[in-house]
Amino acid sequence: MSGRAEGPVVVLSDPLSFWGGFDAESGEITDQRHPQCGIKLTGAVLLMPAGRGSSSASSVLAEAIRLGTAPAAVVMREDDEIVALGSIVADELYGMVMPVVVVDDAEYGRIAAANRVRLGRESLAVLS
Amino acid sequence: MTLDLSAEEQAMREGDLGPAIALAMRVICRTGDAMRAERLLAITGAHIDSCLFHGQAGLDFAARLASDGARVKVPTTLNVASLDLVHPELFRGPSDTGAKARELMSHYETMGCQPTWTCAPYQLDNRPSRGEHVAWAESNAIVFANSVLGARTHRYGDFIDICAAITGRAPAAGLHLDENRMGQVVFDLGDLPQSVIQHGLLAPVLGHFVGGRVGALVPVIHNAPNFTEDQMKSFGSAAASSGSVGIFHVVGVTPEADTLHAALGGQAPQTTITVTLDDLRRAWGELSTTSSEKLGAVSLGTPHYSIREFDRLLELLGSRQVDPRVHFYVNTGRGVAAELALRGWLGRLEKAGVQLVTDTCTYITPVMSPFDGAAMTDSPKWAYYAPGNLGVEVVFGSTEACVESAVAGRVVGDTGPW
Repeated sequence: MSGRAEGPVVVLSDPLSFWGGFDAESGEITDQRHPQCGIKLTGAVLLMPAGRGSSSASSVLAEAIRLGTAPAAVVMREDDEIVALGSIVADELYGMVMPVVVVDDAEYGRIAAANRVRLGRESLAVLS
Repeated sequence: MTLDLSAEEQAMREGDLGPAIALAMRVICRTGDAMRAERLLAITGAHIDSCLFHGQAGLDFAARLASDGARVKVPTTLNVASLDLVHPELFRGPSDTGAKARELMSHYETMGCQPTWTCAPYQLDNRPSRGEHVAWAESNAIVFANSVLGARTHRYGDFIDICAAITGRAPAAGLHLDENRMGQVVFDLGDLPQSVIQHGLLAPVLGHFVGGRVGALVPVIHNAPNFTEDQMKSFGSAAASSGSVGIFHVVGVTPEADTLHAALGGQAPQTTITVTLDDLRRAWGELSTTSSEKLGAVSLGTPHYSIREFDRLLELLGSRQVDPRVHFYVNTGRGVAAELALRGWLGRLEKAGVQLVTDTCTYITPVMSPFDGAAMTDSPKWAYYAPGNLGVEVVFGSTEACVESAVAGRVVGDTGPW
């Protein structure tokens, strides 16, 4: 899912399941076992190495995109079709795009070290 | 890399067979691209998770497909939903949510899916055979189909499940392909004492431990006992909760693991982990959030209880009854519930104070009455998700401990090799 997005970088220390771990109404992490439980992901360029767990996660993510509480974009180290599907369906139903990109270790590290980034269709700029 | 589509598949995507098939095919193709698939493959069945209500987006998607005339092309079963249609009085959520959840369920029935409403489709009569390609959603069903049945499904989730059912196609990628099904991490149980190997808690606790260690890699269990299907259900559901396990092998037990060599596809493992008693003690401890003795409820049947598990439950209960202060729930499919009725077991369960929940599950929808104290379960999956979903304290224990606690009206812990 390519597309344009800009936002502050939030790096997840552990994988997150959007179902059971994230509230689409508030945009916050709710998994009590997650070290970053309670932080808000709305509008962030979210770096998560990999997804985890439930097959319901696509629905929760699509709903968050519809409600405007989702991250601005998700950057991953591994292909994750569960996350991609939430984004694909939000695009098909509402024309709302949340880019999901998979990058290599070096690029992941470069983004993780930034405060704010901008994603273009084929580019990624560190803003601060 | 782009997908190589057949003429028929291209026609589906271009809308020659109507807008619903076109939308479903676009979702399949876009997901196929995300999975780096080179082509699609034909499937013989599907199991749908999208019928569980998570908000307006899921309802909008089903409504669009159904109103555009979508029909499933292959036999398709439905996962648990948000409502128990057999015991509708149990629903304690907002009526607006209940109405939307019911509407969502209706859309999937309209599209020709079978109203099975179970997370354990492998307990139904027609289950896929070894080597058969299917598109199953619901993490515990996926891992069971791949590992125990030897059928082939990727870890599908909401939306793509129904799109695969409508088109009869899935991306040729992930766990459909030989190279992604081979074991990568060996868990050797050879150092564990026999008392632990034969203990009923081994499968669920080991599942929780393995999922936490492998993430999305393929685990191989070596020197394991001859696990039953119910034990592998428990193991797999735990490993698919604490990790992203979509397939596992048990050497000498599961169909693609006649030998350790076969389970690994002839390759050397990335890692071999010798499982210790301390590993299991720690994993077991992680599954409980409290050591309080105060008991408010017991919930069994996540994933849905099988007939054999009910048999065992009735045996453990004997002629005793659950303490009136404790709410005792067992989740199961309506197919198994019908068999309970035929066997005359429903009356025995009711008399013992057991509330049956069908079509849904106590941790995904508000059906449990409010209670004081901890909730006890024999399910590692319920123990994993209920604290976050329901805001309850959980004690994980064996089925025996759950029954003894329910009868005593307080938590009676497990004794044994732990």
